[in-house]
Amino acid sequence: MITLAGLRAAAAAAAAAGALLAGTAAAQAITPPDVLVKSVTLEVVEIVRHDKDIQAGDRRKVVELIDAKVVPHFNFTAMTASALGTHWGKANAQQKARLTHEFRTLMVRTYASSIAAYRNQRFDFRPLRARPTDTDVTINVRVLQPGTEAVKIDYDMEKTARGWKVWDVRVADISLTANYRTEFANVVRESGIDGLIRTLQAKNDKVAERTPLAGGERK
Amino acid sequence: MGWDGSARLRRWLATLLLALAAGCATTNGSDPRDPLEGFNRSMYAFNDAFDEAIGKPVANAYKSTLPDPVRGWVRNFFANLGDLFIGFNNLLQGKPADTVNDWARFAFNTIFGVVGINDVASEMGLEKHNEDFGQTFGRWGAASGAYIVWPLLGPSTVRDSAGGLLDAYLDPVRRHEPADARSFAVLLRAVSQRADLLDASRILEEAALDKYIFQRDAYLQRRRGLVYDGNPPRESPSSRARDDARVQAAPAAPAASDRQFDEPAADSTLPGRVSNLYEPRQPANYAAVLAASARVGR
Repeated sequence: MITLAGLRAAAAAAAAAGALLAGTAAAQAITPPDVLVKSVTLEVVEIVRHDKDIQAGDRRKVVELIDAKVVPHFNFTAMTASALGTHWGKANAQQKARLTHEFRTLMVRTYASSIAAYRNQRFDFRPLRARPTDTDVTINVRVLQPGTEAVKIDYDMEKTARGWKVWDVRVADISLTANYRTEFANVVRESGIDGLIRTLQAKNDKVAERTPLAGGERK
Repeated sequence: MGWDGSARLRRWLATLLLALAAGCATTNGSDPRDPLEGFNRSMYAFNDAFDEAIGKPVANAYKSTLPDPVRGWVRNFFANLGDLFIGFNNLLQGKPADTVNDWARFAFNTIFGVVGINDVASEMGLEKHNEDFGQTFGRWGAASGAYIVWPLLGPSTVRDSAGGLLDAYLDPVRRHEPADARSFAVLLRAVSQRADLLDASRILEEAALDKYIFQRDAYLQRRRGLVYDGNPPRESPSSRARDDARVQAAPAAPAASDRQFDEPAADSTLPGRVSNLYEPRQPANYAAVLAASARVGR
């Protein structure tokens, strides 16, 4: 009895303390953005380097790897909204969800292609210059290769309740979301939001056809 | 070149003319940065066809024939020659420390890297830079001007084309004698560079809805980044929204009178200057809009 009551009290105290400290505890539990980028990059590269199937060109495995390790750290809704610019406001909730889904598929596939192109380049993780209170930072990574200048990869990240999330990636100063803005605007102007959804679907199907994921049909 | 060169050339010219004719029919010119879109699209189609037929197959053959280290030597050899005038451009852009870095790279790689085929300087921590005359002009404040796609040479702008002419004029490979060795070197360099872009072009293929627009916007973003050496003034979300509103409003110009002016020319926001001083700036197309509205008013 005593133990049970004691446990309950302890639990209540813990809950109260948890509620009180929720802010600070959550803040401490969140991995800093620079640490996050470095650990995820190195982990993915390590897996790619040692996985025989991926080395042999198994795209399905690369996509699975990205889904498991990389995707959770991206805010695809924000990326899609940024790529649509002012047209985002014209879409209803369902259209937004479908746009985000299709854009995410396109991004993951593109990312899989760039990972498949990885050839033992080295990474230079630049020190983060930001205040601890900042909620919007850019993490600079450089991919080093002899004979050519380093390729810059910048991750624009935002602090959320569920950790730091990437909302734009700039490769060699080319912003992925900005690069889709003109294209998306053109399609929306010609055939509306639904037209853009159809175009993205068709694009994803075509890419899936051309680079079939090894090991069976796509789920 | 004694074989069926003339027949091939004629077929090639026919393709070029067809592409031009097709391009002129589809001019839509909705983007203010790309007034030559019709011409550019046909040039793009021509370049794409040329690349499919010749560029890519040759690059693939090069990649599968020569082992990785050998291709590295070729890449490093030409990159090393490039460092000479990259340093010169850095000098013109007022970055003497970078010039010292680039010329030290050239010296070390030429002497210790066996005429530049090994990039020992990078291992010593001397960074490779990317500069050319187009960037130098941009650094001096020249706006990029209209986007232009040249046959075989690909994406450029008015400013970068002018820079490219100077680049080509001062290019040590192009000035090399005798002519046979020069043609070989120019070709080898082109093939080596194309081979290095095989992965990138496959990714472009997969990522783009409209390859022309995707490549154009990527080129313009990339060049902007290079002019500012990787630290372009950040676009705020609000300025992005403004840009979008302007693109949207373009077909119905009179309704959006507040969108008539372009962003002010970017030259007064060069890094290194104090940017928090308030300085009223005239939009780049100020005079043109005034003239246009005067005509409407008459």
